[in-house]
Amino acid sequence: MRGTPFILILIAVAGVVFGLARWLDNSYAFFVGYVVVQYIVLGTAWNILGGYTGYVNFGITAFFAIGAYSSVVLHKLVPTLPLPAMIVVGGVMAGIVGVGTGYLTLRLRGVYFSIATLALAVVVQTLITNWDFVGGARGAYVLRPRTAPLIGGGYIDYLFLIMLGLCVAALATARAIERSSLGFGFAAIRDDEAAAEASGVPTLRLKLIATGLSGGFMGMAGAPLPFYVTYLDPASGFSLNYAVNAIAMPLIGGTSSWLGPVVGAVLVGGLQEYLRVTISSAVNVLVAGVLMVMFVIIAPQGIVGLFQRKRR
Amino acid sequence: MTALLHIEGLGKRFGGFVALDGIELEVQDGERLGLIGPNGSGKSTLVNCICGTLQNEQGSVRFAGEKLDGLLAHERTRRGLARSFQLPRPFASLSLAENLRIPILYAVNARNAGALPTAAIDARCRGLLGEVGLAEKADRLPRDLTQIEMRKLELARAMAAEPKLLIADEAMAGLSHTEVDEIIALLIRLNGQGVTVIMIEHIMRAVMEFSQRLAVLVAGKKIADGAPKDVVRDAEVVRAYLGE
Amino acid sequence: MDVSLDLLMNAVISGLLLGGFYAAVSIGVAISFGMLDIVNIAHPAFILLGSYVAYIANTMLGIDPILAAVIVLPAFYLLGMAVYQVYYVAFERRDDQSLRGLSFFFGLLFIAEVGLILVFGVDYRSVSARYIGPSLQLVLFDLPWRLLVPFLVSMVMAVGLQVFLSRSFLGRAIQAVAQDQLALQLMAANPVKIKRIAFGLSIATASLAGACLIIIQPVEPSIGREYIGRVFAICVLGGLGSFPGMIIAAMTLGIVESLTSTFFGPSWAPAVAFGVLLVTLAVRPSGILGR
Repeated sequence: MRGTPFILILIAVAGVVFGLARWLDNSYAFFVGYVVVQYIVLGTAWNILGGYTGYVNFGITAFFAIGAYSSVVLHKLVPTLPLPAMIVVGGVMAGIVGVGTGYLTLRLRGVYFSIATLALAVVVQTLITNWDFVGGARGAYVLRPRTAPLIGGGYIDYLFLIMLGLCVAALATARAIERSSLGFGFAAIRDDEAAAEASGVPTLRLKLIATGLSGGFMGMAGAPLPFYVTYLDPASGFSLNYAVNAIAMPLIGGTSSWLGPVVGAVLVGGLQEYLRVTISSAVNVLVAGVLMVMFVIIAPQGIVGLFQRKRR
Repeated sequence: MTALLHIEGLGKRFGGFVALDGIELEVQDGERLGLIGPNGSGKSTLVNCICGTLQNEQGSVRFAGEKLDGLLAHERTRRGLARSFQLPRPFASLSLAENLRIPILYAVNARNAGALPTAAIDARCRGLLGEVGLAEKADRLPRDLTQIEMRKLELARAMAAEPKLLIADEAMAGLSHTEVDEIIALLIRLNGQGVTVIMIEHIMRAVMEFSQRLAVLVAGKKIADGAPKDVVRDAEVVRAYLGE
Repeated sequence: MDVSLDLLMNAVISGLLLGGFYAAVSIGVAISFGMLDIVNIAHPAFILLGSYVAYIANTMLGIDPILAAVIVLPAFYLLGMAVYQVYYVAFERRDDQSLRGLSFFFGLLFIAEVGLILVFGVDYRSVSARYIGPSLQLVLFDLPWRLLVPFLVSMVMAVGLQVFLSRSFLGRAIQAVAQDQLALQLMAANPVKIKRIAFGLSIATASLAGACLIIIQPVEPSIGREYIGRVFAICVLGGLGSFPGMIIAAMTLGIVESLTSTFFGPSWAPAVAFGVLLVTLAVRPSGILGR
């Protein structure tokens, strides 16, 4: 396997990060770390479709919440089900919704897909608000175990570890795509769809693969959320912050490689946390939006792009 | 012997406008066909119907004995049909070598049901770029190219799909006299390697020099088809071009 | 049976009125998306801005919300021109409308929403006017003035813009700008300038639509998002850029939503637009009156 060294390095980095958090032995570090790593996953997921194929998904909250609410449902039905299994289910559900939405709209110009995903976020929220089983508009409480399975310590340690694992999987997938024929096909679609078809690229199938993968990872990122927040209601599960951050971070970091969403998530996520503590939580959510608008206007290649351009 | 490309009763409408009407056309294996016609005569629509960018409503397109109707563009490319676009449409974020890589990965590999090793693909891309004289710019981006280099890239990318039939859609518009000669020589060389070529062109000098046979489209109908010298003397063709 | 027929009748009537208001909300996007090919998904944010301007004028100065909207119309027009200028320089000129242009508007939508939350909080705000409350009593049914006034404002706006677009030179230039920029240049008209004016107009409509919105219902900063699906469903269903098609589509959506609210409960109404949008995109992307 060509990607093996990369995966090993990722695992090593994730291990060091986790070890560091354990050494600090501070639950705040875990809570902040969880959020930043979650945004790396979300940003990477968005970038697989948005950055690689050029199709803009605004319905991140729909996919994210499908993952989160799958866990709520599963937790009510089978309370003993381990979290990784819930993540798989949440990812598959979100992936299916992604492929379905894509199948209906991806034959048209890209903007129609974007508009459809915006509307999708509203409709999934409406469905869940009206679904009493998961608490409807009132929301649902999820009791999380006091201690972590397997590794001991607080449950947040376990959640952080799980999210780190997801992050490794998402980044390895993104990088593998970049270097495979799939990645070249995606780039061809982004640059010129008609020319891609004429060169033998099955554009619709590739776009569906990208939508499925992208939606799937968003769903997986959402699956542990109920255990992280312990109380989930539609207003917080569908918060626009998730969508804006997931789009802003790749655009700020750079959309052309797997590194972009990582850089964006760490920088913006860190800055937001800093502002939340020092100024106020209202200002910290504005940051991603303002930075995103500034970056798309002034530095459309993102931070990673700025360095790459010098190399070319 | 059956023809490589066989078009029968092909018709295409856009709303009430009849773009193509009952087109009959045969192209033999290894032939060089010129296709001419005034602006808006349906040449591009015909190319799009052959290549699957548009789907024809009437008639059929057969290629190498197989019916193509209903197949998408990429499926036709995989069966050995390649085209260049009238306005070059390079993959702007990919280097020249990577531009050629796309059809090799997606048309050639799909056809041969096996992946070529990366090194072989790269060698093939560079070889093709060498053939059109772009070897030195293999790692540059398309935005660094001149007009004629862009046309050459467009043709090289079509060639990378290893087609049996290449449709060159106005590959020479806007080029200088010597540049036109260069492209003609390139196309004739390809034809010598066994590729059937359909050239769609406004530059009559190029068409006459290149074509073994000439077909003329006017207002969505084929009005002439035959030896170039006879066709350009045909009264109907002269009338269509010069007006009555 | 009598009761349900009555219910049905009322649902259809209020749906029709609501649809008229939806036309006011959509008309700006019919211009920007339909004619200029600018996918301004932030349009609902400008509408909410209009609602809050009307709210301030109404509660602080006691001005009628519609009158307030008319007064600030020029300011919205200028704001629209400014937004277009940024969009043109940063995206249209670089030919990068899809990924980054869309993200730009998405960012504006978000910034506007958070900005409004910072200033006004998340509480619902409403206005007072003489026509909010009473109904026009007719023989068979009542027409609440609260819905009737926005309906009338919307229709006046639609007819006015239609006349402007089809009769004046500038209006025809706007209709031509998306189709044939070259022809426009030959007519010695600068396409960028024309698009700037047209985009200014599209944002100006948001001022009136915003006043109508806060007359119909109390507003809070996040309700703008509900309108994105509605607005684009209406524009796509109506066939892009056609006012008559858009009005028919708006009324259709209004009636379907109103029926849904009546028979399934109001919490289901936001899903209707998405259903309409998806079905339209999948089955008939050129819209009901499309070719």
